[in-house]
Amino acid sequence: MAKQHIVFSLNGGVVEILVEPRTLLIHALRETLGQTGSHIGCETSHCGACTVDFNGKSVKSCTVLAVQADGGEVLTVEGLAHNGALHPVQEGFMQEHGLQCGFCTPGMLIRAYRFLQENPSPTDEDIRMGMSGNLCRCTGYQNIVKAVQYAANKLRATQGA
Amino acid sequence: MIPGTFDYHAPATVDEAIRLLGELGDEAKLLAGGHSLLPMMKLRFASPKHLIDLNRIGALKGIREQSGMIHIGAMTTENELIASALLREKCPLLPEAAKWISDPQVRNCGTLGGDIAHGDPGNDHPAVMMAVDAVFVLQGPRGERLIVADRFFHGLYYTELAPDEILTEIRIPAVSKGTGYAYCKLKRKTGDFATAAAAVQLRLDGGVCKKINIALTNVAPTALKAGDAEMSLTGKVIDEALIEQAARKAMAVCDPAEDQRGNRDYKTHMAGEMTRRAIRQALARAKGN
Repeated sequence: MAKQHIVFSLNGGVVEILVEPRTLLIHALRETLGQTGSHIGCETSHCGACTVDFNGKSVKSCTVLAVQADGGEVLTVEGLAHNGALHPVQEGFMQEHGLQCGFCTPGMLIRAYRFLQENPSPTDEDIRMGMSGNLCRCTGYQNIVKAVQYAANKLRATQGA
Repeated sequence: MIPGTFDYHAPATVDEAIRLLGELGDEAKLLAGGHSLLPMMKLRFASPKHLIDLNRIGALKGIREQSGMIHIGAMTTENELIASALLREKCPLLPEAAKWISDPQVRNCGTLGGDIAHGDPGNDHPAVMMAVDAVFVLQGPRGERLIVADRFFHGLYYTELAPDEILTEIRIPAVSKGTGYAYCKLKRKTGDFATAAAAVQLRLDGGVCKKINIALTNVAPTALKAGDAEMSLTGKVIDEALIEQAARKAMAVCDPAEDQRGNRDYKTHMAGEMTRRAIRQALARAKGN
């Protein structure tokens, strides 16, 4: 099948690529664009390792076609830090030991980034529900919940809430 | 896992999508949220030559009220249903059930219309649609026709939708005073389909049950309406003995397939328990209104 030309915003910059219609967004990001932060886990939309922010919403990029991103805005874990300063969600996962092997972490971070915009003052229960599309096989989630709370506190403080 | 090759079409209007569907015929599939179709394509359970993506058709999105009916565009996502103040007030069973579907990321993509039109008995909306007396708008080259939810689901992945038609809108009567509702779903973990689930919507008048709908998820090749159970409660003051009797009648219509979620007896038993819980909760809510 003929490749299609697509243009979209990736982490604030504009990217233009040629993709087959069957190419999944995660493969376009990792293989065509070299942005390997987002991981491929289950490939069946269960684990959340491939989560990216697409047009202001968290999606699993193993179950979105790259052609569907045409004209859209994508944010991946590579776009979270600014000028060498970690985003509060990244700082939270570091401070609270929210990771062990780190495989699920890019998806956790980009989901936490969006979740805290949807709910800036979450309870622990809210975090567990809001992050329920991301699986971690190491930490047991306690520290992930703490990491997201850390980020929530920091974001509220810096935004002068 | 990557799907097989296909041509991709992204029409901007319903008319254009219907025209494409007519031209491409059996080789085309409609792409809604994609969280059922794309996994099936990766596994080669489906190998369409053409995908017609409905995501760029703005007219298929949105929730509005018109003359006592709630009109919902078929491409409205699960999270949009959950966030709708209009639905919480006028059709509260729908957002309550949507919260139990999969996880936040999937609910950002998954759509009401896709969940219905896929014809999968594991999906939650078919039973919910039966419980709220929904009407589906099917649009094709010959115009549009309306069909009630009870008559839409014919079998496993087999619905009333003709190959050249698109489910464009779902219409649901706004609830009246004295209405109670509940969706009780047993699932093993986040993201799993129901082992069994029951959708109940009922209306009380002076303590008497004037109307009740009971529908079941994932215990037969399609969602099921438990008609005998409904009849056993209609016109009665519902008590625990009647609830038990209704649950038994609901279990009698179950015909589940055995899988990792359990054998036929277990699933049937759980459908009975979900029915009991849903009737009790709906009753409590109706009394609170």
